[in-house]
Amino acid sequence: MSDAGDHHYTSTGLPSWKIGFWTFIASECLFFGTLISTYMVYRTSSVQGPFPHEVLNIPLTSISTFVLLMSSLAMVLALDGVTRGNRKLAMGWLAAVVVLGLVFLGFQAYEFTHFVHEGLTIQRNLFGSSFFVLTGFHGVHVSVGVIWLTTLLILSARGKLPPEKALSVEIAGLYWHFVDIVWIAIFTLIYLIQ
Amino acid sequence: MSVATPAPHPTGVWSWITTVDHKRIGIMYFVTSIFFLFVGGLEALIIRAQLWKPEQALISAETYSQLFTMHGTTMVFMVVMPMAVAFFNYIVPLQIGARDVAFPRLNALSYWLYLLGSLYMNVSWLWGMAPNAGWTGYANLTSTQFSPGQNVNFWVIGLSILGISSILGGVNFITTIVNLRAPGMKLMHMPLFTWMTLVTSFILVTAMPVIAVALVLLAFDRFFAATFFVPTAGGDPVFWQHLFWIFGHPEVYVLILPSFGVISDVIPAFSRKPLFGYPVVVYAGVLIGFIGWGVWSHHMFASGLGPIADSFFLASTMIIAIPTGVKIFNWLATMWGGSLRLTTAMLFAVGMIAVFTVGGLSGIMHASAPVDLQQHDTYFVVAHLHYVIVGGAMMGLFSGFYYWFPKVTGRMADEGLGKIHFWLAMIGFNLTFFPMHMSGMYGMPRRTWTYAAALNVDIYNQLSTVGGVIFGVSALVWVWVMLKGVRSGAPASPNPWEAPTLEWSIPSPPAHYNCPALPRVRHRDPLWREEDRAAIEAVTLSVPEVEPEMPNSSFWPIVVAAGTSATWMLVMTGRWWAPLIGLAFTAFGVFAWAFEDPFRKKS
Repeated sequence: MSDAGDHHYTSTGLPSWKIGFWTFIASECLFFGTLISTYMVYRTSSVQGPFPHEVLNIPLTSISTFVLLMSSLAMVLALDGVTRGNRKLAMGWLAAVVVLGLVFLGFQAYEFTHFVHEGLTIQRNLFGSSFFVLTGFHGVHVSVGVIWLTTLLILSARGKLPPEKALSVEIAGLYWHFVDIVWIAIFTLIYLIQ
Repeated sequence: MSVATPAPHPTGVWSWITTVDHKRIGIMYFVTSIFFLFVGGLEALIIRAQLWKPEQALISAETYSQLFTMHGTTMVFMVVMPMAVAFFNYIVPLQIGARDVAFPRLNALSYWLYLLGSLYMNVSWLWGMAPNAGWTGYANLTSTQFSPGQNVNFWVIGLSILGISSILGGVNFITTIVNLRAPGMKLMHMPLFTWMTLVTSFILVTAMPVIAVALVLLAFDRFFAATFFVPTAGGDPVFWQHLFWIFGHPEVYVLILPSFGVISDVIPAFSRKPLFGYPVVVYAGVLIGFIGWGVWSHHMFASGLGPIADSFFLASTMIIAIPTGVKIFNWLATMWGGSLRLTTAMLFAVGMIAVFTVGGLSGIMHASAPVDLQQHDTYFVVAHLHYVIVGGAMMGLFSGFYYWFPKVTGRMADEGLGKIHFWLAMIGFNLTFFPMHMSGMYGMPRRTWTYAAALNVDIYNQLSTVGGVIFGVSALVWVWVMLKGVRSGAPASPNPWEAPTLEWSIPSPPAHYNCPALPRVRHRDPLWREEDRAAIEAVTLSVPEVEPEMPNSSFWPIVVAAGTSATWMLVMTGRWWAPLIGLAFTAFGVFAWAFEDPFRKKS
């Protein structure tokens, strides 16, 4: 996975991958920031229901939020396992992240189907449009993370994830934590403050 | 001291398709942007022909709408931006003493996305369905109700692909400049062009996601019947304007800052004087990058945001003129008392200062909300924006072209022809756009396919059309300069202009690995300090016994670019599962990319 940047001297002493990825995350902040703003701008604009307070289920989403938060803890422990060269630990915690990520996606799938059942769709009103596009894009990010971490899990199982490759797990971790933090913002602004 | 001869490098079409060399990618960006310059230029000339006489019907109103939409979109996203990126690519690694950019394959991906997105949007011409809602794509003109055809779809999808390309490019150049500077080179040692590339990249990385979201919302409205910009469902068309201009105004600085960077390097080189007030020019550029985020609503004075919003954006817009003015004075002070050499590059740099100042001044005029209400949607604004983008951005890029031509090709451009190009461009440009101030003042509306004879603006339009033809001819002369220079220009030495910055310490053209070993930089203008120059050239002009290891060429960037573009294009089918095919293709490319070792030895 190395590119020219890793191969030579760097000015900051940090691997280019890390700087590049942080820059990309800055870009993603603006992306989600704009999507969240869209939701906030249109919060009270829908001309017909269902309205947020009628369908949003705070207790249920609290559980899925907790699941996603715990996955970040598992991610930290997975990186620790890889860095220490403890393959069992690394595999166990990577698997945990993947499973927790999938559970979160399961909750989201249930939520989406339930909402559609209640009559809330992308076409129905502005709440539906902005809610589905925002949480949908977040869900896509979680899915990408799940695929990424599954790949790392398989690599680890094949013994191809030695401590020298910890950077690739760290970067995946950066991504995963970012997606997690975005969810905290979404949960707070969309679910808790209605 | 022996001058290194560049090592042989594979040639042939395949080697260009799979290249990850920043210099080749730079050349591809440049050539592609010139192609689209002629496409956009042709569109402009057809517009000018239609406006030759009042109440003329050379082309239909619908065709006219498509022409001005595509002219604007092409010139901004397919010409000025990528041409600047061509210079970023070729010049920045050389200026900081790097072997390549931080992510060479990502760089290739950016280029292929640019090419595919641009071609895709232009393919719409074949069906006569080119985008027709203006380059700003204002809601709800773009709704399925008012634009039922495929036209706007081409725009949404093409622009999305171009946006991805820009974000990835921004990430790459920030990382390159932050992390791959030669040992000893501090940020405040960097040439101004590298500095402005850094600022521009930050703007790209942060502004592009905003337009990306706007385009996503519009795409959902159009393809999946969402209601983001549908007023009857509570959607707010003005919200589109906000999103577009929150991106759009920083974008203006994406267009102009590279040009500021170019001439901040060119003027000292041809004045034989270090840049006057280097730190101030740097800070002014950074400040422009920041304040550029706080002025967007001056594009919306006519939208009725109210006096408080208008006053705020009026003030911030006037404030941003200050750092820009500071730069102009720094350039003038650099020339003051210098021993000037009026080469073509220098002429374009000086010309840029002159015409850009005109555009800046008219900009301050409509920074004032009441004045702007008079000028809004008239040719006065068209005059202003062309003075800024053509006079400011393009003239600076022309200057950069003549400055760096010997470095890239190893040959000198014909200075005589270059000066003909300069004068034709200057005369043509001013003749085209200056009269538009007048026609605008007399009330001629922009984006309207013809005008009433009673307006009495025929003469200004005819001057503009004649000027447009002269400007077009100057572009042909430019191409002639390129072809002649490449084929039969006099061989160029490593530093034909006796310029001070690092890119002039290596052979012209550079070897594919740029420098045999990394030079040590201790000063802002290293080649103008004798002991520094000797130490650096001892490294950069030597012939290495073992060539530095460079990344292999790769097929995967073009695969991923094709997959990403296909994903977006298949959205147009309106079937939710269709993009998944493109997505699968992209995923395949991404995995192959991730598991490819760029430094694997070829057996």
